[in-house]
Amino acid sequence: MKHMRITTAHQSLTFSRRMMLLGGAEAVVGGVLIGRMGWLAIAQNEKYQLLSESNRVQLIPVPPRRGWIIDRNGKPIAINKASFRVDLIPQQIVDGPKIIAELQQLMNLPPDEVERITRELAASRGFQPVSVGDNVPYEQYAAITVRLPDLPGVAASRGFTRFYPGGSTVGQLVGYVGAASVTEYERENKNPLLLIPGVKIGKEGLEQTMESTLRGEPGGQRVEVTARGKLVKELDPKPDRSGRTVQLTIDSDLHQYAARRIGDQSCSVVVLDVTNGDILAMPSMPSFDPNNFSDGISKNEWKMLSGDDHLPLVDKALESLYPSGSTIKPSMAMALLNAGVDRKQKVNCTGAFQLGNHTFHCDKRHGPVDMDAAVVHSCDVYFYSMCLRVGAERLSPMIRSMGFGEKFDLPFDNQRYGTIPDPDWMMRKYHRKWQGYDTVNMSIGQGMVLINPMQLAVMASRLATGKKVIPRLLTSQPVAPQAHLEVDQDHLDFIRKAMWGVVDHGTAAGAKLPLDGIQMAGKTGTAQTHNLSASERGDYTAANWKLRDHSLFMAFVPFNNPRYAAAAIVEHGGFGAAVAAPLIRDTLLFLYDKQKALAALQAFEQGIGGTLEERLARKTAAWRSANGLAPVTAKQG
Amino acid sequence: MISSAIIPRPLAKLPWRLIFLVLGIAGFGLIVLYSAAGGSVRPWAIKQAVVFMAFLAIAVSMSWMKESTIKAIAFPLYAVTLVMLVGVEGLGFVSKGARRWLDLGPIRLQPSEFMKPAIVLTLARFYELVPAAEIRKWRAIWPALALLGVPAALILVQPDLGTCIMVLLCGVTVMFLAGLPWWVFAGPAAAVGVAAPIVYSMMHGYQRKRIDVFLDPEGDPLGAGYHIAQSKIAIGSGGIWGKGFLHGSQSHLQYLPEGHTDFVFATMAEEWGLVGGVILICAFAAVIHWGMRVSQNARTRFGQLAAAGLSATIFFYVSINLLMVMGLAPVVGVPLPLVSFGGSAVMTVMLCLGLLMALERQQRTVSRLI
Repeated sequence: MKHMRITTAHQSLTFSRRMMLLGGAEAVVGGVLIGRMGWLAIAQNEKYQLLSESNRVQLIPVPPRRGWIIDRNGKPIAINKASFRVDLIPQQIVDGPKIIAELQQLMNLPPDEVERITRELAASRGFQPVSVGDNVPYEQYAAITVRLPDLPGVAASRGFTRFYPGGSTVGQLVGYVGAASVTEYERENKNPLLLIPGVKIGKEGLEQTMESTLRGEPGGQRVEVTARGKLVKELDPKPDRSGRTVQLTIDSDLHQYAARRIGDQSCSVVVLDVTNGDILAMPSMPSFDPNNFSDGISKNEWKMLSGDDHLPLVDKALESLYPSGSTIKPSMAMALLNAGVDRKQKVNCTGAFQLGNHTFHCDKRHGPVDMDAAVVHSCDVYFYSMCLRVGAERLSPMIRSMGFGEKFDLPFDNQRYGTIPDPDWMMRKYHRKWQGYDTVNMSIGQGMVLINPMQLAVMASRLATGKKVIPRLLTSQPVAPQAHLEVDQDHLDFIRKAMWGVVDHGTAAGAKLPLDGIQMAGKTGTAQTHNLSASERGDYTAANWKLRDHSLFMAFVPFNNPRYAAAAIVEHGGFGAAVAAPLIRDTLLFLYDKQKALAALQAFEQGIGGTLEERLARKTAAWRSANGLAPVTAKQG
Repeated sequence: MISSAIIPRPLAKLPWRLIFLVLGIAGFGLIVLYSAAGGSVRPWAIKQAVVFMAFLAIAVSMSWMKESTIKAIAFPLYAVTLVMLVGVEGLGFVSKGARRWLDLGPIRLQPSEFMKPAIVLTLARFYELVPAAEIRKWRAIWPALALLGVPAALILVQPDLGTCIMVLLCGVTVMFLAGLPWWVFAGPAAAVGVAAPIVYSMMHGYQRKRIDVFLDPEGDPLGAGYHIAQSKIAIGSGGIWGKGFLHGSQSHLQYLPEGHTDFVFATMAEEWGLVGGVILICAFAAVIHWGMRVSQNARTRFGQLAAAGLSATIFFYVSINLLMVMGLAPVVGVPLPLVSFGGSAVMTVMLCLGLLMALERQQRTVSRLI
């Protein structure tokens, strides 16, 4: 018992001790709690206030209106049209195929579109809207709006669609716009603006390169929203700023005229104002219609475009390279004069030229020709012989100073600049010595010589003025000062006279301007792409289109006081004088006499089977039937 | 005493200091629930008020229980609760992924709630019966471990990790105060340290996720870490004085999940700031302190252990909830007693307080008004 009493006392002591321990621990926990709360509410108050505020207030971006693209006279090239649109938000869709089937029925979607929507839906990320229709007629828009509660994932809204009045004639110039892709979204640091249905960014051409100017600043509706996204109230909005207008030096009437006049050829035309370098027209045909791209293009449409051997997806004015052919001859003649060749000295053309064991041909037997005759009648043998005498080292610099191989600062990606070869270049690039046949080839713009149509037009304008004309497309860009070229005025006058002779009584005599007092000077070119026999060369219908020669022409008007310069390269067009020269003649005629030019165009279009739109529709129908597809039903809206 | 002359004797003998404290806490809780509902007594404040008043009445009437009666019901109460816990496994219905409730016609019963006071009373009764000399022997330890372990395991498999931890902590506290040797506590503590990874691997998906999130709440701010992140934003953005009554954006715009139940403290702190939080914590500390005093003044070993265990129950309730809300403990689903909406916590706490008031009544003859 005694032992027991001691332990009871001991037990009570233990209890008191442990009670104090427990109380102490409880007090510590209480202290920790108050300390923690003080830390959160005082030390980190600012941080959490910010977080709470960013929870509460959300910015719903209001997309800015895209800036216009206008021509030199203020005529619209790319504008915005108010429209109704329908989108699918993948995240919110419950039953995809059912929704698409319902939309197909409500909106009369063609099978092509259904296929596109299904494909884009499968590829899209949850947040990225898929466009169902951009230009939805009001009746369909209304029909969908009333059914919205039964169509989860479908969003109907009012917005703007990009509209290009010029259609396919401006396709390669302006490019097109489209909804941002996942990579574009991530490249812009997940700019929330790009997720808004209907927001389009430039994908190609000027729409892409001028994006920063055209886009503008998005505004925002600041709203208080609940965690579930329900709007509680609207706060003061932040106004948006529309994109700025981009004015081009293009004369859209001339541009469209040239595009139509190209007809069914695969061709690019460039027209420059030689006084300041303004690019007045640079159509590249055939092209795509950028209006069709802005609400997503169907797979079939894309297949048709990318399968076309006339390359509608390539801007031929800047991206395609061709041998210059005989269009190089005026500059070459200038180089010869500069090197001291006597313009009166004659070379006897027998139709062929022997160098080593290879024979180079001329297109006919010209007999004895001096420099003037060699340019006017485009005699190859004269240039073979003279250029061999002078040597490539003294020729290439002159050709380059005339614009061939030159890089121009124009707002386009993917420009290609071509080549004007010389012995150094040959060693660097091909590790071989320059040979005599290289000079022969270069003398008539073949071999390694590659140019684009823009450079050809620049060459025409430099020959016309004797000044270093530099093309510009944006009126916001200052006019480049035109330095005098290092050429003799006497040489220049002589070359211009020879070019006048080309149109007056030479190879392009069939392409005189039907105007009194305004005369054109020019030079034809026929660039070989394959070695064809003389008989095949004459019979173009027999040769495969792809094997034919390119047809080139460059010109300036008026001969005595140059104002405009132009160039055309018609892919596989055949003889330069036959196709490219009349095309340039009509295009330049439009600048002086619209009535006559339009009459010429009408006659031309009748000859090839109707207007651009009619021919395009026929071409599409033919392509579809050849590929086993149903004809396109008239597009909605 | 003037008060005793005016107020009838039985009323004057009530522990008014405690009752005012509890009324204050619950009243503040109702104000917070009113705000959490967007400035409306429906659906929470009015229901909570009714439940609270009913259980307050029950607690006050319990205060007339004799200690001998409490002693007598300790084991039966434990047995009945244990049977009900087994019954939950077989008959209980599942809600929110856990089988916790027994449906007894008009009322739904959560037997695990009863287990908190029951385990305290049972262990207190058990250690009263153990002779002092035996306290350090194995015979004094294994029955207690069994009494504690069986219900804890049953609750864990419901699964209800929060209540399981609460029951374990309450039981261990009583065992600690009873004077068991240190190694009984140190050993398992070490074992837990070793076993934690194993238990972790056996946990339910949502339980494991909560622990992951606790260890790295920023790792998944929109997913499972959302609760803690938003709760900290609410408390932190409240500052010292709070955003003002009915002006808490976190709770009113529903960024704060469970803003009327487990995370009610965050709702309160956003609008009442650090000041409101400290006052509330101090009020709870006063209630717990009152319970500890009851324990220290108890004349019997049962009274000592039971009162200490019951006040520890309230302490664990409050501290686990607040540690969780402030991001210092994993989200285990323990409500803040008297403030969080929901009858279970109110019931448990009022049962504890009723028993404490009964034990306190044994210690004095006159009421001490305030």
